[in-house]
Amino acid sequence: MLTPALLLSAALFAIGTLGVIVRRNAIIIFLCIELQLNAVNLAFVALSRYTGIEGQLYVFFVMTVAAAEAAVGLAIIISIFRHYETVNVNKFNVLKW
Amino acid sequence: MTDILFILFAVVAVGGAIGVVIGRSPVASLLFMVATLASVAGIYVLFEAHFLAAIQVLVYAGAIMVLFLFVIMLLNLGHDYRADLRYGSWSLLSLVVVGLTAGVLMQGFSGDLEADLLENGAAAAAAIDAAVIEKGAVGVIADPLFTDYVVAFELIGLLLLVAIVAAVVLAKPREAGKD
Repeated sequence: MLTPALLLSAALFAIGTLGVIVRRNAIIIFLCIELQLNAVNLAFVALSRYTGIEGQLYVFFVMTVAAAEAAVGLAIIISIFRHYETVNVNKFNVLKW
Repeated sequence: MTDILFILFAVVAVGGAIGVVIGRSPVASLLFMVATLASVAGIYVLFEAHFLAAIQVLVYAGAIMVLFLFVIMLLNLGHDYRADLRYGSWSLLSLVVVGLTAGVLMQGFSGDLEADLLENGAAAAAAIDAAVIEKGAVGVIADPLFTDYVVAFELIGLLLLVAIVAAVVLAKPREAGKD
C-alpha cells in the first residue's frame, strides 16, 4: 500500500500546483497551497509506517505551521481587500517590476 | 478490505482536489477541500496514524476550513468566475508545469522504494505497533514530542503566538488620521 499512497500524494501535489497556477482568486490559491501541504503530509505518514514514528511528528509540525500560515495569510487577504475591493491577484501589481 | 477502503478514499481525495481547482464558487471549492481532507484522514487511519487522523479532522477540516469559510463569507466573494481563471498561454504553461511535477514525483516514488523499505520496514512497523499498544495512540506521538523534539515543540508554540499577534495587527482596520 506504500507505492499507491505515494502516487496519490504526487497526484494531489500536482493538482494543487495546477490550482496555484490557474486560479486568480487569492483564497482559492491559498486552498491549493493547503492541498499541497496535505499531499506532503500524506507522503510523510505513508513513509513513517516503514521508517519510524518521526514522520508523524513532522506531520504534526507541518499542520501547526499550516494553521499559522492560514491565519496570517487570510489576515493579509482581508487587509488587501479593504484597499482594492477585490481578491483577484492580477490587481495586486504594485510590487511588480 | 484495506485495499478497497484505500481505493475509495483515494478516489474521493483526487475528485475533491480536482473540484477545488475547478469549483465555480469559493464555497464549493472549500467543501470539496473538506471532502479531500476527510478522505486523507481516512488514509491516515489505514496507515495506523490514528492521532494524526483525529487532528486532521479537528484542526484542518474543522478549524482551518471554517476560518477560510469565515473570510469568504466576510468578503462576499464568488461572483466573477470568468475573471478567476487564466486562459491562453497560462493554461498551456500550467499543463507543462503540472505534467513535469507529476512525472518527476511519480518517477521518484515508484520503482524499488517499496522493496528497499519493506526489507527492514517490517521491523519498524512492528516497533510502532508495539509502542502504540504500550503507550496508546497519543502517547506514542507525545513521548518523543516532549523529549527529543521539545525545542521544536516550544518554537512552534512561539510561532503560533507570533501568528496570532500578526493576524490581529494585519486584519485590524486602520483608523483615519492615526496612520
